[in-house]
Order: sequence, then C-alpha cells, then structure tokens
Amino acid sequence: MIAGPPPTASLAPAVVVEGVSKTFRLYHERNQSLKVALLRRKRATYEELWALRDVSFEVFPGQTFALIGENGSGKSTLLKCIARILRPESGRTSVTGKVSALLELGAGFHPELSGRDNIFLNGSILGLSKKHIEAKFDEIVDFAGLERFIDTPVKNYSSGMYVRLGFSVAINVDPDVLLVDEVLAVGDEQFQRKCAEKFADLRARGKTIVIVSHSLSTVRSICDQAAWLQRGRLKLLGPAPAVIDAYVDEVHTERGPEEEAAATATVGARWGSGEGRIDRVELLDEQGAPTLRVHTGDRVTMRLSYSVTLPIERPVFGIAINTLEGMQVTGPNSREAGCVPDRIDGPGHVDITIDRLMLLPGTYDLTVAFTDYSALHPFDYRHRVVRFDVEPGEPRESFGGVVSLGGRWSLHVPDAVAGPAEAAEVGVAEVDVSPGPAT
Amino acid sequence: MTSLAELSTSREMLVNLTLRELRGKYKRSLLGWSWSLLNPLATMLIFTLVFRFILKIPVAAGQPSGMKIFAFFLLCGLLPWNFMAAGMTGAMGTLIANANLIKKVYFPREILVVANVLASTVSLLIELAVLAVALMLFGNIVLPWLPMVIVLVALQTLFVIGVGLLMSVLNVYFRDVQHFVSILLQLWFYATPIIYPLSLVRDATFHGHRVPLKFIYQLNPMVGFVEAMRDCLYNLRFPPVGELAYLVVVSLATLALGIAVFTKLEPKLAEEL
Repeated sequence: MIAGPPPTASLAPAVVVEGVSKTFRLYHERNQSLKVALLRRKRATYEELWALRDVSFEVFPGQTFALIGENGSGKSTLLKCIARILRPESGRTSVTGKVSALLELGAGFHPELSGRDNIFLNGSILGLSKKHIEAKFDEIVDFAGLERFIDTPVKNYSSGMYVRLGFSVAINVDPDVLLVDEVLAVGDEQFQRKCAEKFADLRARGKTIVIVSHSLSTVRSICDQAAWLQRGRLKLLGPAPAVIDAYVDEVHTERGPEEEAAATATVGARWGSGEGRIDRVELLDEQGAPTLRVHTGDRVTMRLSYSVTLPIERPVFGIAINTLEGMQVTGPNSREAGCVPDRIDGPGHVDITIDRLMLLPGTYDLTVAFTDYSALHPFDYRHRVVRFDVEPGEPRESFGGVVSLGGRWSLHVPDAVAGPAEAAEVGVAEVDVSPGPAT
Repeated sequence: MTSLAELSTSREMLVNLTLRELRGKYKRSLLGWSWSLLNPLATMLIFTLVFRFILKIPVAAGQPSGMKIFAFFLLCGLLPWNFMAAGMTGAMGTLIANANLIKKVYFPREILVVANVLASTVSLLIELAVLAVALMLFGNIVLPWLPMVIVLVALQTLFVIGVGLLMSVLNVYFRDVQHFVSILLQLWFYATPIIYPLSLVRDATFHGHRVPLKFIYQLNPMVGFVEAMRDCLYNLRFPPVGELAYLVVVSLATLALGIAVFTKLEPKLAEEL
C-alpha cells in the first residue's frame, strides 16, 4: 500500500502541537477530604510526573498521523490534549475544523434510553445538530447493524452492539479531524472490515486522522506520518515506515538479557498426556546458534528437542506461528509434510528448516505440539513457548502485513518509448517502495 | 474561547442532556412521571399532619386573597424550596456521575450542570401548573399572577445554576462538600419560611442590644423566593419591588461567582475525577 498524497506547502496544518508539556500529580496519599486539607494546609503530597515534555509537530490536512511509543510514553495524554479534554501546563494545541475523538465508544450513552434516543444524545454531545443527525440516522443505524434493536434500551445491548453503535455515531460525525485511540479493534471481523473501509473513505476524502496505536502493522498499513514518543518527549518524527522501523529496532535492542531469558521461558500454557515431552524449543540462525532475533529472508531452523517415557508409534510434531494479536500465520505439521517415523523410543530432536523466513518485521509467538498420528491427542502441547522478533531484512516491505509473498517485480515498457523490447526486470531485493511524504 | 458555532451546538446538547435527565429519571418506575407530583404531595401531607395538626402552627390568612388553607400555604413555599434543594444536589452529583463523559469527550462542561438544573426547572413548572389549577378550584384566581411566577422561576433558575456550578466543581475537589451540603440544606430549610409564616420572625434583644434578626433572616435569598411565590399564588398580590430587586442582585451575583469558580477549576476536571 502506498501512502496518501503528500501535503502541499500552501496548506495550513490541520493540527498544531506547539511546545506542549503536561504534568500529572502522582499522589502519595490521595485524599479528597476537607479535614485533612485544612490540617495540612495542602491537599496531599504528590510528585509531579511529566507526561509530556515540550512536544511539537504539525499534521497537515489529509494526512494519517500515528502516535507510537511504549505504554506510559504520553501518546494518549497527547491525544487528549489535542481533543481538549486535558489542558496542557504549557504550550498549545490547535485544530482546524470539526474534531471527533474516538477515545471511548459510547461514552455518554444513557443505559435506560433506547438506541434511537442515544444516537441523538451522543450525536449532540459530539457536536452534531439535530438536523444533521436526522439526515445521518439511517446510515448510523445501518452501519452499526442494529436496525432491529434501535428502540431497545442500550442497557440490553451486548457489549459488541454497544461499541458498534458508539463507533457508528462517532464516525458519522463527519469530522475534519478524527482522533482515534486504539479502538480499531472493535466488533467482529465483518464490522472491522466496515471500519477499515470507513477509515479509507475518510482518508480518500482528505480528512485528517491522528491515531494512537500499539498495533504497528495497522500503523504501517494506514499511516503516512508518525511521531514516536518516549517518556513524554518526541523522539522521532517523520514518514511512518521509517519511524516504525527505528522504533522496532530500539525497542528490541532495549530488551535486556533477563527479558530475553524470560521470553524464552514458557509464555503460554502447557498441557498433554505426557508420554512424550518437548523439552526444549530453539530458534537457530544460519550458523546454528540459538537466537530470538532474526531478519526477514533469513535461513532459520526451529529445533524441537523431545524425550519419551514410552515408545511412541507414528508420532506427529506440529508448530504454529502467531502474531501477538493472535492471528495464526502458519501451522504446519510433520504428518502433512510426510515425515512420520514408525516408532520412536528415545530422546531426539526435530528440525523444521525454513530457507527463507518470509515473516515481516514484528514479534511472533511459536507454539509447538507433540501428538499421536491423529494429531488430535496431544502428548505435549506448549502454547506460545517461544517469543521471537523479526527485524527488517530482505525482502523489505514497509507497508504492513505479516508475510512477504516474495513476488518479483518487472516493468514492461512499450517498444516505441523504450526501444528494443526488453523487460526491465527488477529483483525483489531492489524494489524501492516509495516512502511516505516528508513534512 | 467558546465560539458562536460552539454555542449553537451546545444549545442542542443542552436540550438533549436535559431531556436525558428528565427521561432517565422516572424510567422503569411504575408510576413514572406521576412521581414528580406524588413526591411534593406526600411531603405536603406529612408536613400538614405534623405541623398543622400536631404542632398546631397557625395558618396565615392570605392577604388580600383571604385563603386560609395550610396545605396551599405550605406548597407555595415547598415547591421553590424543593427546586433549590433538588437542583443543587443534582448539580453536585452530575460531574461525578458523568466522569466518564468528561474524561473521554470534549464539550463545555458547564452544560452538564445547567442541563441538570433545567431538568429540575421543568419539574417545578409542572408542579406549579398543577398547584395553580388546584388553587383556582379552591377559589384563588391566580391567572393574572402567572407571568410573575414565570419570572420568579427564571430568576431562581439563574440562582440555582450559580449555586450548582459552584458546588459541583468544589465537590469534585473535595468530596465531603456533599455531606456538608446535606447538613446545610436542613439548616437552610428551617431558616426559610416554608412551614411557618414570616411574621413569626421578629427582632430580638440581647443584653440590652437590639439584634436586627429579621434583617439578617431576610438576607437569605430563599426567603425572598418563597415569599414572592407565596405573594403571587397564595396572597394574590405583587411582591415588594425592593425584595425583587434584591433577588435579581443576589441571583446574578451568585451566577457570576459560580461561573468564575467553575471556569477557574474546570481545566483540571478531567484529571481530578
């Protein structure tokens, strides 16, 4: 996917964040009582915590802008400052045009009122006129898929219905600037697709979107600019793919040896009848050395070391690779690969060698299983036993997704223009996907 | 800060939030809206029983209406009082009750308080309408005085909004404001001529000094609101202009104070909640 159109210099920024600093009070002993306040002549002892420190950037109309960073880095605080929910201690934020903030869906719904009443109520809280809501009403209900329940009090809604209605109202505000905080993952798959389409539609119509997300793949696929916040400071600002790569690099290097050890330890659950056990799971690099950090395109071997308490006939080994969000990327097993011994009665190991690891950068979990021939009865099942990181390599793809298909690009130029009929073939490695627009 | 466009959308939001308060209030109760009338009616019955028949408080005759019915005398004071008490406690709770909204959506926060008070105003108007009909059935032709009643309700609404803005935001910072207020309301109730006529309040002498008790007593703006309402509906006479002027001054001053304090403390609201 290619990023949206670059901003033209003549456009005024849609969002301006200028030297914004915000502190929070970290109370040692929270009290909200007058007595204590009078006795101590102050409300409570607290520490000032800098949530944001002198952050500045501009977002231009039509851009999709991501705020990334670890938990507690100030992303959400900054988004709330832009939404005017929080007031910064110094600096200023300004937004041109109508703002809609998707911070929490369905905030302000009254449980006793019907979906219909709540659409009008919530719509007006978000700044819509009655006429506007009436015009959009059917669209909102249709988008949420709640035609049958629209006159039911929302307290009887399932949480999914509640969130869908909230999202539908907020997205149909028709904002010039949309602020989104981690709410992309609501509802079932069908609804998520509708949301994604709605976002694409907003972007196509030149609306500005500022998004806070932990899902780097989402950011990669939809954002053109990104700001990386670290402990309240702006660490890096620029085209989204570049910022994400830098962020992934740093976050992964920052993981210390203890953390790596912790990551090797069992992440998930383990179960099975125990006749056979998978004692150790390793990821080996090209040289055969154990590692937890590989690159796209690397030759990688997964080694499952097993032992058995009883001789086992026709054992089957399986692995699965999942994203942290839980999506399974692949799930091969030795039976389907035609690698089943008649019988094993001692320890050994199984290698799964992957010549070119086509996973795109990100963090993945490896699940392994040791089962009987039916693949239904597990002797040992170790869920998410190894967590490993994939870093940018070749092929390099910066615009989202989980795997590279490794396609080869070729450009065919008509004779008249290019002379002799010769396809200019470009190797995968050399494909240069145009980066997002520079500010 | 607040632009004109924002104000016009705020108006719709105000209307919707007021409707939310009104609709939400009696949802799921069997008698629904009748509670709005049953409540003051029940209070009236209890007070009439206690104060008229047990404590034998004298009934003041309406001047010049000549009406001499304790229940009506009481209701003329009770309704404005209930409005003040309900408006104030409602406004005080509304910021905390809507904490989620305040933390997640930007809008002018004072709307929550104003909507809450306006919902109480609507209740008051309904109660007053029923009271007016009842009064006319008992011979008090209140019709010519109704415009003045509307003016009084509007004025008192400003006053209650002022008190509400002040208390609501203080209550977020110091949660014991609400406990303090429940005591204050009891004291305030008896310091207002609701169950007894104003004529019972007289200046006193203390160690040979004359204490202007009546003057101090009348500083309480609720005395003015109750008396003015009673003049219109029970006595059938125009309230003294001096007292009305005092009410205007107090209401506007309270409103100004409420707005000032609210504006000062509002920016940190989302964090304090």
